[in-house]
This record gives sequence, structure tokens and C-alpha cells, in this order.
Amino acid sequence: MIRFDEVSKRYPGGKEALSRVSFELADQEMAFLTGHSGAGKSTLMKLIILMERPSQGQVFVQGANLNRVSRRQVPHLRRNVGVVFQNHQLLFDRTVYDNVALPLIIAGYQHREIGRRVRAALSKVGLSGKEKQYPITLSGGEQQRVGIARAVVNRPPLLLADEPTGNLDPDLSREIMDLFVQFNQVGVTVMIATHDLELVNRMKRTQLILNQGRLEVASA
Amino acid sequence: MSETKRRVRTRPQGKESPAGTGASQASGGSIASWAVNHMIVARQSLAGLLDTFVSSLMTWLVIGIALALPTILYLLLANVGELTSTFEGKPRISVYLADQVTVDEGEAFSRSLDRLEGVASTKFISPDDALTEFKAMSGFGDVLEALPGNPLPAVVEVVPSVEQPAELRLLVTGLSSHPEVSRVSVDLEWVERLFALLTLGERFVTALAFFLSLGVLLSIGNTIRLAIENRRSEIEVVKLVGGTDSFVRRPFLYLGFWYGFGGAVIAVVMVEASLVFLGGPVDRLVHSYHDRFVLSGLGPGTAITLMITGGLLGVLGAVVAVSRHLHAIEPR
Ligand SMILES: Nc1ncnc2c1ncn2[C@@H]1O[C@H](COP(=O)(O)OP(=O)(O)OP(=O)(O)O)[C@@H](O)[C@H]1O
Ligand SMILES: [Mg+2]
Repeated sequence: MIRFDEVSKRYPGGKEALSRVSFELADQEMAFLTGHSGAGKSTLMKLIILMERPSQGQVFVQGANLNRVSRRQVPHLRRNVGVVFQNHQLLFDRTVYDNVALPLIIAGYQHREIGRRVRAALSKVGLSGKEKQYPITLSGGEQQRVGIARAVVNRPPLLLADEPTGNLDPDLSREIMDLFVQFNQVGVTVMIATHDLELVNRMKRTQLILNQGRLEVASA
Repeated sequence: MSETKRRVRTRPQGKESPAGTGASQASGGSIASWAVNHMIVARQSLAGLLDTFVSSLMTWLVIGIALALPTILYLLLANVGELTSTFEGKPRISVYLADQVTVDEGEAFSRSLDRLEGVASTKFISPDDALTEFKAMSGFGDVLEALPGNPLPAVVEVVPSVEQPAELRLLVTGLSSHPEVSRVSVDLEWVERLFALLTLGERFVTALAFFLSLGVLLSIGNTIRLAIENRRSEIEVVKLVGGTDSFVRRPFLYLGFWYGFGGAVIAVVMVEASLVFLGGPVDRLVHSYHDRFVLSGLGPGTAITLMITGGLLGVLGAVVAVSRHLHAIEPR
């Protein structure tokens, strides 16, 4: 599903955020990306959805070499990847329904299909009946789950989550993690960046540990 | 491959059929759903403008004034042109007769001119007729009353059948050579001057229209730029979940269209209102010269042209703003 081949990323005017990172993540796998703050976790994820381009090396997603993807092709590539990113949260002037429907509208789905899929995604994250509410009226955990519903509504084969449990209490964190496990069980490849080592250790899944931009350990 | 390379192999986990594979293609994406999206976006952007009606109205008024001003000037010019073209296109020649020529002699002379080559028709105006007409038109009746006699000469009004300046000059020279004639005047010059002025006026209005349109374009562009800035986070999210450039651009282009179109509607109202406002005085002014002149308004054709122009200017302004500012917004 994802292959990094000697990938380095240096931001303009900055030090190297990633140094010669190589790994492969197979289809339907679930992996955790850990490491200290500034280790390069977000950078690695941004490379996968072409928010950033590598300075060196190659990234492959579903067999496609991202270096060969032109700017015009980027949106179509992104439709195959569900993302839960912290600085791209919900649109607060739109209802829960409209937030979740956004990827489907963009992809040009028909009205009735959109309704069906949005309700299915919301029921999967346990938010049935909250369609008409505005995000501001939801709790932090519920908002996070709306974001997850938006990420999976398009049924992407790959799901990326950057610190999805960032400021949630342990119980809520576990609920969110369970959701990801469920998606993985139906065949979605999942990659989650997190600081929560305790949780990661308990989950016993593939771990990618970054340290100063270098991939230190990759273990199952 | 270097030694830093590490591979993570999948553990076979016996999963069910992958929900992801193949399920990510849009079942829609047809022309129909594309058209539906256009309609939805068009309606949403109009609804957004109506939600903030007062501030939208301000923008519409500014655009409306900028579009109405050259339109009104253009209409006035067109009306003046219309008015002058309903005067006989050919110049009239006034042949003033010498004082000693009697009315009978004058009439006979007028008839003799009528048979001349290059003359379409003639009309004899006696000094008395001239005085009556002058009193009626000038309002100087009292002053003339105070004069001992009638200072006005008899006139033969000649409508020439020739148009070329050279032929006209020949005719005028011929007319001047008669002993009954004291002076010949051709009222050609003022027509020429008026047409020169009209041409100048048209150029002026065209230039004004150009600059005001540019103003409309830039002000819509600026309004769109602010709208883009206000919706930055939305644009980022849309791009993050796979929105194409044209998808992101679409609402702003419609927004520009509605600004321009709404401004043009306001302009049409303004133009019609000012024509009504001007109608009364113009009627009084024109009626003394001309019976059947009606100040012509926009008409449906021009009104529609104005609205299309407004809409196009809006879209163009939005295109300028979008091409300059939308590219820079990417999810970070
Ligand atoms: N846009 C940018 N421009 C310049 N430097 C950047 C940019 N984004 C990240 N960096 C730098 O790259 C390095 C890696 O950042 P990154 O955000 O990937 O870390 P992270 O592992 O996600 O950290 P955190 O756990 O705090 O989110 C850091 O040193 C950061 O300062
Ligand atoms: Mg990060």
C-alpha cells in the first residue's frame, strides 16, 4: 500500500525533517507512527497525500510513484486516502451531515447515494441522529468522530490519522482507537501517528518509530 | 538498497473482503451530477449574498452606479442623435430677400427658385409671418412691439435636392447672384458641429465606460479576494479531501457573477428611474421644436445586454482574484 524508498525531506531554510526513510506497509495493515515531538511524523504523513514533496527518494502509494503525480492529479489521488488531521478539523458553519458529505460531493456522487453513505458512516462512528447538529454543539470526542466519519465516508483503502486522540481522555482515546481497529478489520489500511505509547504498546501492532527524522525501529 | 532500509511485512490476518478496493470510484461523476453541483453552488452563493443582504446591497449599489453612469450618458447621446436625425438630413438654405422686394415679388421669386435645378422645394416667408413666428418662439414679443417697424426681412426657405458640399456651394453661389437676394445662409454648419460633438461625446462615454468597467472588475475582484480569505480553512479542507481546482474555484466564480449581475439589475433600475426623472423637462424642451419626440429608454435588449455585461464583469473579476489568491491556499 505504502512504500518509502530512501526518502528525505528538508523544509526550505530548515533542517532535515526526514532522513533516508525506507519502509513498506502492506495492504490491510494497521501501523502506529511514534516518536518525539518534531521527529517527523506529520511530515511523513504529508508526503503520502502530497501536501509536501520529498527532497529526495520516492514514495509509492498503491503502486503509484508520487514523484510522477502532477499537480492536477493530486486531488484524485487524495480521494483514495482518508485523513484525520488536527489542523484541518470540521467546518463549524456547516452541519454534521454537510461536513461528512463533503468528500462525496467533491467526488460527484449522486444525491441519494450521498445520503445513504453519510448515514452509514455516522452510524459506524456512533453518531446516528446527529446529522442536523452543528459541530459546536458536540463534545470533543464526538467532533473527533465526525472527522473520522468524514475520512471514511468515501470508503478509501487507506486511512491516515495524525494524533487523533490528542486531547481526549483515556476512555475516549480507547473508543477512537477501537473505531480504527474496526475499519482495519474490514480491510482498510490504517496508519496512526501518536504520542500515546501506552496505547500503542497495548495494541500490539506494527510500529514505526521516528527519531530526529530517522526511522529507528519498525516492528510488529 | 542501503542498510537503513527496513521492511514491514504483513502478517496474514485472514480478513474479510477488503471494503476499500474498488469502492472508491464515484458512482456519480456524470454530466448530470456535475450540472446539479453547478446549480447547487449557484444557488448557495446567491443565498449567501442574500443572508448578508445589507453588505451585499452596498457592493451592488457601487457596481450599479458604475454601470448606470455610462449607460445614462450613452442613452442621452443616442437620444440627441435620434433627435437630430429626424430633422431633415439635408441642410436648409435660407435666402434673405432685399428690403425693397414686395411680398408679391417675393412669392413669385420663390416659385421661380422652385423650378431651379438642385432645388427640392421652396417656401416663402413674408416679413409679417417671420415676425409672428419669431414672437411665438423667442418670447421677445414686447421688445419687437416697441420697435417702429418690422426689422425682419422676407425669407425664402430652400430645401436643396443635392447633398454634396461642392454642388451645394454651386447652388448657394447661384442663389446669391440674384438681385432680389441680400444674403444666403446655409444652416449646415451647426449640424456638422453637433455631429462632431456627438462623436466626441461617444468617445468620451466609451472611455468612461471602459474605466468604470475596469473599476467594477477590480472591486469585484477585491470583494472575492476577501471572500477567499474568509473561507481559507474551508478551502484547505476541500483541497485536503480531494477537491479539484475547478471545484474550489466554482463558488467564487458564481459569487462574482451574482455581484456583477445584481449590480447590473440595480443599474437598470437607476437608469430607468433617471429617465423618468428627466422625462418631464425633456418633454417641455423638445416639444417646442418637435412634436413626436419621446425620450427612448433602455429597452429590453439593452437591459439584457447590460445584465450580461455585469455578470461577465463579475465572473472576470472573480477569475482574476481566484487565479491570484486560490493557488496559494493549500492544506498545511
Ligand atoms: N512547514 C515547515 N517549514 C519548516 N519546517 C517545518 C515545517 N513543518 C515541520 N517542520 C520541521 O520539521 C520537523 C518535523 O516536523 P513534524 O511536524 O513532522 O514533526 P512531528 O513528529 O509531527 O511533531 P509533533 O509530534 O510535535 O507533531 C520539525 O523540526 C519541524 O520544526
Ligand atoms: Mg505532528
